[in-house]
Amino acid sequence: MPLTPEALLARIEDALGDKLVASRIAVGELTIEVKPEDWVEVAFALRDEPALAFDLMMDLCGVDYSAYKDGAREGARFAVVLHLLSVVKNHRLRVRTFCADDELPMLASLIEVWPAVNWFEREAFDLFGIVFEGHPDLRRILTDYGFIGHPFRKDFPISGHVEMRYDPELKRVVYQPVSIDPREVTPRIVREDHYGGGV
Amino acid sequence: MADIRNYTINFGPQHPAAHGVLRLVLELDGEVIERADPHIGLLHRGTEKLAETKTFLQAVPYMDRLDYMSMMLNEHAYVMVIERLLGLRVPERAQYIRVMFDEITRILNHLLWLGTHALDVGAMTVFLYAFREREDLIDVYEAVTGARMHAAYYRPGGVYRDLPERMPQYQVTRGKNEADLRRMNENRQGSVLDFIDDFTRRFPGYVDDYETLLTDNRIWKQRTVGIGVLDPDRAKALGMTGPMLRGSGIAWDLRKLQPYEVYDRMDFEIPVGRAGDSYDRYLVRIEEMRESNKIIRQCVDWLKRNPGPVIVDNHKVAPPSRESMKSNMEELIHHFKLFTEGMHVPEGEAYAAVEHAKGEFGVYLVSDGANKPYRLKLRAPGFSHLAALDEMSRGHMIADVVAIIGTLDIVFGDIDR
Repeated sequence: MPLTPEALLARIEDALGDKLVASRIAVGELTIEVKPEDWVEVAFALRDEPALAFDLMMDLCGVDYSAYKDGAREGARFAVVLHLLSVVKNHRLRVRTFCADDELPMLASLIEVWPAVNWFEREAFDLFGIVFEGHPDLRRILTDYGFIGHPFRKDFPISGHVEMRYDPELKRVVYQPVSIDPREVTPRIVREDHYGGGV
Repeated sequence: MADIRNYTINFGPQHPAAHGVLRLVLELDGEVIERADPHIGLLHRGTEKLAETKTFLQAVPYMDRLDYMSMMLNEHAYVMVIERLLGLRVPERAQYIRVMFDEITRILNHLLWLGTHALDVGAMTVFLYAFREREDLIDVYEAVTGARMHAAYYRPGGVYRDLPERMPQYQVTRGKNEADLRRMNENRQGSVLDFIDDFTRRFPGYVDDYETLLTDNRIWKQRTVGIGVLDPDRAKALGMTGPMLRGSGIAWDLRKLQPYEVYDRMDFEIPVGRAGDSYDRYLVRIEEMRESNKIIRQCVDWLKRNPGPVIVDNHKVAPPSRESMKSNMEELIHHFKLFTEGMHVPEGEAYAAVEHAKGEFGVYLVSDGANKPYRLKLRAPGFSHLAALDEMSRGHMIADVVAIIGTLDIVFGDIDR
């Protein structure tokens, strides 16, 4: 049977010591937060500590917290969230760190720890503009060749900035500013707790 | 002495063996691959960003369009993550229906994979046979959800509706006479469950047919044995999951080791490979189809005996019935609020993963309490599998790249999202 999140947290506290900034157990899942400068060191510890043995890097993604609760949240804007799985021990963990600089978010690459992280870091760079230092090949991955901007940031409009069409006179595809406006059918609403009896 | 230079060729984005829109830049030394650089994103639609502008319910159909070969498995992870944050308990019958459709979808996916992989390698016949069986299962999809592919059947709290009492039958047309119709409708006389039951009785024989065509086929073996070998440690380091990991000999299956829904009550085995090459992964997937068939039979058996609700009775999440909506003011308000404003998921974050046909499909949801996701991250198995293509194809011939793309079982809907 998988370890309970509480027991896993005790082991992580032993392994990381004061590198552990915060931890939270909710809906049966354990989340820990670490400082960006300890990022690689923590990753090595999580992989190599025999009691933890996180041998599979499941997911790495960026999160832009600038519009969280309609902007009511304080603190750093960009977070990188890592999901780990231990095939040997059968447990999961979520690790989060906030990039120090909101203007130029930077973080060390984990490519030495889990080679699988390669494309995930490229994706976070492409979509959020988070720069991973030490990544051997930090190119855009999902967006178009020559794309400008980081589309998953909250200040990037859903309709984008440019659209593409074929120009019969130039006999090639041209880019031009978008002719559509972002349209919102259902507004985004944050209700107070237990609104209407709650779930 | 002539000047010997490596040259670079472009494979795709429009190539029948690229399984969609994969552009592959290959650096060659003669016919040997020195480096393979996949360029992806030609099908990038920004599903995760689109979901941020849609209510939780409106985003369900987007999930079908991720891995468009295993539609309901994608939906499953998505509704599971919402249910986890809401703390919902899904009715037992809905759990059995989900498990049954997960396995039907797994067979659908593996049949398509088998057919196209064999086609890429040069065996035409398997493709035709595989699509014959897919037709029956797609008919089941259509009978239950109304759509042959993009079902939108799983909903937070259960499934959209119960299984129909009657399996649709073929009708008379100009091309079909009475005798043909009688034969074609023979197994469609009862309910949908009877039809699925009949399919599960026929299916093991069909899998035997595929194996007759391929397992001991000399050409098939020459093209797949020893191609794209991954040893267990490397497979883990590269983030392989599902049949890619099991083909390398690691018995990792979420259905067994972190069971969700009613998988802990099911009796099935986890097939594993030994050599970690394309041939072993083929054997693993063939065995998985047989195991899925066993699971479907157990679900059919249970579902025939146990009627009950298929979606929760919580009208903040699931709509009330049509009748009560039209006769009761309270229910009318619920119905209106659910389909205009949508449900609110409590603040927090969760990650739910299912054993997808291709590997681990995970959904990471961050909610700030609104009626829309704050951030939705889809962890597609094909994304890490395709990232390993460079390493797996080095030192192989160009023709082997096709066999390796086939064995990776990639679909661009979920890689590009």
